[in-house]
Amino acid sequence: MKVKKIPNQWKFLIVVAAIYLTAFWLSEDFFWLAMGDFWKTLEKVLPIIGLVFFIMFFLNLFLNPEIIKKHLGKDSGWKGWIYAVIGSIAISGPPYVLMPMISDLRKHGMKTELAAVFLSNRSVQPVFLPVMAHYFGLTYAILVSFLIIIFSVWNGWVVGKYCE
Amino acid sequence: MIAGILLLISFLNPIFQRYYPKIFTGNYFWDPILGALAGSVAFGIPVTSYIAGGELLQKGVSLLAVTAFILAWATVGLAMLPIEIKFLGRRFAILRNGLNFINSIVIAILVTIILNFL
Repeated sequence: MKVKKIPNQWKFLIVVAAIYLTAFWLSEDFFWLAMGDFWKTLEKVLPIIGLVFFIMFFLNLFLNPEIIKKHLGKDSGWKGWIYAVIGSIAISGPPYVLMPMISDLRKHGMKTELAAVFLSNRSVQPVFLPVMAHYFGLTYAILVSFLIIIFSVWNGWVVGKYCE
Repeated sequence: MIAGILLLISFLNPIFQRYYPKIFTGNYFWDPILGALAGSVAFGIPVTSYIAGGELLQKGVSLLAVTAFILAWATVGLAMLPIEIKFLGRRFAILRNGLNFINSIVIAILVTIILNFL
């Protein structure tokens, strides 16, 4: 009889559930603290997940492999880097939501280095800039954002060189 | 998978947040490294790191450490590594995270130096 293998994501969820059960047994207060944090995060993340899936839907609807290859593919040139930087700043979201989207774009011909650029610019988000400026000052926020963009290009170049 | 990752982050964050003020002592050599390490473990929405970093800064933690912390928080993720490997490949995930870890430290040092001149 052939035994069905449990998928890795289910194994992961079972391990996390076991950790939570152990925490509940050791400290009920900590369990509820973590659960409260989980619900708060979920509330924040759900609209972003919805937005990203909405974007993914339109990407699949309007962007065909030829368009991706032209703007973010092997022949996209220096403009591809600019599109990747702008895209990564414009599309904000947690990595576990962005990664399937980037994986999808790569399947359509996106360059490896531009995928790395996408994930390295997560801190540069105009929506969050006022919060950063509030705590650290506007000069700091602009300077950090500028350096992140520069280093994301460097990061993308190295990743592309060794992963292509 | 998303639910599992969120549960893990919610579990790890309260544990590590308790130790942040003890970890950062103001040392110019170790602070950015420790900041990047702490940020790599605590992974989440960037705005949360700004608030946590801002609070740490107000408590006297150096800007070096806080900058490395908030940058690593958003761009390096130990908890996210399995999902990144799954979607983008092992070599890509390890190299990208490793480089972003180093970048967090370098940017933190550069920002502090430049701000001192401004």
